[in-house]
Amino acid sequence: MTDRKIRVLIAKPGLDGHDRGAKVVARALRDAGMEVIYTGIRQTPEMIAEAALQEDVDIVGLSILSGAHMALCPRVIELLREQGLDAPVIVGGIIPADDIAALKQAGVTGVFGPGASTHDIIEFIRTQVQE
Amino acid sequence: MDLIADLLAGNRRALARAISRVEDRADDARGLLAALHGHTGRAHVIGLTGAPGTGKSTLVSALARAYRATGRTVGVVAVDPTSPFSGGALLGDRVRMRDLAGDPGIFIRSMATRGSLGGLARATADVIAVLDAAGFDRILVETVGVGQAEVDIASAAHTTIVVEAPGLGDEVQAIKAGVLEIADVFAVNKADRADADRTVMALQMMQGLASAGHHGPQPGPGPAQPGPQADGAWLPPIVKTIATEGRGVEALRDWVEQHARYLRDSGQLARREQARAAAALDHILRDRLLADLLARQPAERLPALVAAIAGRALDPYAAADALLADS
Repeated sequence: MTDRKIRVLIAKPGLDGHDRGAKVVARALRDAGMEVIYTGIRQTPEMIAEAALQEDVDIVGLSILSGAHMALCPRVIELLREQGLDAPVIVGGIIPADDIAALKQAGVTGVFGPGASTHDIIEFIRTQVQE
Repeated sequence: MDLIADLLAGNRRALARAISRVEDRADDARGLLAALHGHTGRAHVIGLTGAPGTGKSTLVSALARAYRATGRTVGVVAVDPTSPFSGGALLGDRVRMRDLAGDPGIFIRSMATRGSLGGLARATADVIAVLDAAGFDRILVETVGVGQAEVDIASAAHTTIVVEAPGLGDEVQAIKAGVLEIADVFAVNKADRADADRTVMALQMMQGLASAGHHGPQPGPGPAQPGPQADGAWLPPIVKTIATEGRGVEALRDWVEQHARYLRDSGQLARREQARAAAALDHILRDRLLADLLARQPAERLPALVAAIAGRALDPYAAADALLADS
């Protein structure tokens, strides 16, 4: 009799302090039956990778509004993979359309802008974790 | 990879995965716990509990750092409630533990309460066992501040710290929840607030009432000194802390260590270990017996009995008798 839950890390790397979006998503995921580990603002990529390892999460969600996503996302993915973690990484926030292809090239599996519905994020996570 | 060998060798990824297996009650969880059991019993387990808003997470973080300053390694289990409606949980204790990041001598794991309270106590004990086997010297368990859950989880700890804070009306709450009885150490956090001394006095008064017992008030000069008493009992110290500044936290750590010594020297440790073992067995038996019983019933039987009770056609004891009789 297993009692498996999807575990998600929601983190805000970088220096912007606007965490409303991250909190809205965290609550929506909780209400969808997931266990959400929320780390708060101003996390370094190292802190995020460490938390992902200790919490053994199935997926990592990054919220970035500072414009530093092109530096932060690949670094988080690199650190996760160095530790042997294959958890997919998704990003939400202000991400210019021109950057999406490059982020996906760097290993980000999903990008969600300001207009994204929490329903879509939930469904995307479920699909990703099942694979 | 061999999860057990890697975990015992100090691999943190293996440790994290083992905790998940145990929490999820995966198929190999029992084998895992059986293999690790012989490696447990070295850690001193410290429970921290108290009402929401007392600053437990910040205090756990500060206490973990105080232990690191003495070279001890620390495992942290932070428990938050599962939503009874969605089954999901928002685990936010790491927000207040960011100072602990990057230290290989620390391992933090957030845990949701998931099922029933009894189930929570079992799952917590299992996660503690995994961290113990992994070699952590001290394990800090932070629990949600509600009634029975904290009493249950105290059964898994060697030393229980009850965290109070001024201005929350906790003087009354503490009496209600019966947390006075489970406290080995009191921490009055946010002690820079004006009414902190009133909280301390309220606790002292409650202790005075409790220790007066049937012998009447103590005739000696002034209140008794905390710690080991002449009659072999332990009087919980009341330690003022300001977790955000780390103040009083070394004193708190030292009291926990003194309590650990008291447990060893007085023979109480063996008794607590017995009590922990009894509680663990009790929780497992309850879980298993209930699961076995329900597994043998046809799917519609339980809802039918529940409906009969709600419709006043059957009383709940008779329903239980019926389930037990034909299983």
